[in-house]
Amino acid sequence: MNKTVNHKAWFLVLPVLILVAFSAVIPLMTVVNYSVQDTFGNNQFFWAGLEWFEELLNSDRMWGALGRQLAFSAIILAIQIPLGVFIALNMPKGGFWASFCLVVMSLPLLIPWNVVGTIWQIFGRVDIGLLGHTLDWMGVSYNYTQNPVAAWITVIVMDVWHWTSLVALLAYAGLQSIPQAYYQAAKIDQASRFSVFWYIELPKMSGVLMIAILLRFMDSFMIYTEPFVVTGGGPGSTTTFLSIDLVKMALGQFDLGQAAAYSLMYFLVILLISWVFYTVMTNLDKRDGV
Amino acid sequence: MAKITLENLAHSYLDNPKNDDDWALKEMNHVWNDGEAYALLGSSGCGKSTLLNIISGLVEPSQGRILFDDFDVTQAATTQRNIAQVFQFPVVYDTMTVRNNLAFPLMNRGADIKYINERVRKIAEMIGMKEQLQRKARGLTADAKQKISLGRGMVREDVNAILFDEPLTVIDPHMKWELRTQLKSLHNEFGHTMIYVTHDQTEALTFADKVVVMYDGRVVQMGTPQELFERPAHTFVGYFIGSPGMNVLDADIQGGQANVAGTPVDLGAHYTPQGHKIQIGVRPEFVRLSTDGGIPATVQRVEDVGRHKIVRLDVAGTEVNAIVGEDQSIATDTNAVQFDVAGINIYADDWRVTPTQGAAP
Repeated sequence: MNKTVNHKAWFLVLPVLILVAFSAVIPLMTVVNYSVQDTFGNNQFFWAGLEWFEELLNSDRMWGALGRQLAFSAIILAIQIPLGVFIALNMPKGGFWASFCLVVMSLPLLIPWNVVGTIWQIFGRVDIGLLGHTLDWMGVSYNYTQNPVAAWITVIVMDVWHWTSLVALLAYAGLQSIPQAYYQAAKIDQASRFSVFWYIELPKMSGVLMIAILLRFMDSFMIYTEPFVVTGGGPGSTTTFLSIDLVKMALGQFDLGQAAAYSLMYFLVILLISWVFYTVMTNLDKRDGV
Repeated sequence: MAKITLENLAHSYLDNPKNDDDWALKEMNHVWNDGEAYALLGSSGCGKSTLLNIISGLVEPSQGRILFDDFDVTQAATTQRNIAQVFQFPVVYDTMTVRNNLAFPLMNRGADIKYINERVRKIAEMIGMKEQLQRKARGLTADAKQKISLGRGMVREDVNAILFDEPLTVIDPHMKWELRTQLKSLHNEFGHTMIYVTHDQTEALTFADKVVVMYDGRVVQMGTPQELFERPAHTFVGYFIGSPGMNVLDADIQGGQANVAGTPVDLGAHYTPQGHKIQIGVRPEFVRLSTDGGIPATVQRVEDVGRHKIVRLDVAGTEVNAIVGEDQSIATDTNAVQFDVAGINIYADDWRVTPTQGAAP
């Protein structure tokens, strides 16, 4: 067979190249550009090499924020995934109440981030907030503006309130797709409730749960608005997560070079962890017998 | 192992069934003998799966009772009935090994470990999966998974009955034959009561001692394959069993004679049918082509299916099929058909009429 040589075909790829260039490559490259330069204003830039990166790797501030960020993501995953699955298991399987539960559970997902933050900011206040005031009245020392533990609990409970529904809805969809025959077979085999969960429901849900974990991880790792509205990263820097720290650096201190290096590192960490998640989970999926 | 009795059993999926059509299962009384293999045969939606689910306890009937031997199990949960069931699509526990899948029903019942190993080994040998016992069930092919389901259904020896809900739908044709034969030999060996739901007549006729034909929520006939062939109790049985199905023609019956398309036909017995629609049913095997005398017919086409030929004829606007031996030639001047007396059945409103006097077994 003779192939016709026609390099014009490459032009067909051009729209995609342009799109990707403008949406991803060029913005990213400006960040890379900033990360190797320094400026004193007046739009004058000086070559700085890898200085910013070195500085960043030796900065306690960055490591602190990264540590807090990892801890935050780990904690909310550890709460939201089991809790979401538990809720999905106990939801009605059909009829009016199923629809009712679905609507009620979707409500938190529809509220804008900063509104969620504001709701909890007020909710937790000792002087006028229902939660804060009640706790105070009960004699529990709770003040998220001064006590780091209280601040952490508030931020975590807020995230759980806001996002557990998503996990529950995904898990519910996974459960609904299990054919009835599996439950019937389990009854006939005299399987216990736990066996039904462990050998039927969990394996059948694993696909959607993997998506839920990935989504919740990435979202929580990039969280900004809600804790910023509630605690502003405080008390001190105890709830300053990566995004909050980055915004402080870039916009508060206007350290463009350092912030650019920070952004790149942030991006690479997310990419790396997502890749690890994905690889581990798809491998778990493929680990059949043999 | 148990005898299964259905007493005044009926089921409707509606809360307040009003007319006949609202009942998925119309009232029935049947006794299914201990240790026999039954096939429930019928087209989709005739109620056979409903009946199976009532027996297994997954559906509670709207009225009537089910007895296992002499115990009323109508209200009993599936687990208490001690039955096994194999479903249409493979149900396996993906994350378990094949061995654990097979052992699962026994482990849940706290059986002795030595006994479990022994049973699993035996069943694995039977379904031909001895080499794959250590493997996870996930990722196996559909027919391997279905073999595991079958094996799990048969691993317990003390079950009252084993129910099969079209279990071979997903299996390759050659494997189908083999598994069916294995099921049959298993039945002979252990003597479990087996109930096998299918819409495939070959499957039903080869597997079962007794075939139960269902139509529109009713059991229209229960009998050996031979009875179903020779004396179909309902025109549906005649049409559904056999390939091609029974020919059914409108007829006027006067004692021992029928008038079909203006031609008298000798019936060999006397009938006094009552009903709006009186018909004569003759299987293609009992239809003979003729060149001089009989019911006028025109040949439409001839199909050679290998073992024999099927002749499609037109008799006064109704299609009539005849089966002719492979080596027999078909006369070009064929202009009539004759019916073999031994193969004639008379139907009033679709139900078979027994002769008032005369032959006909």
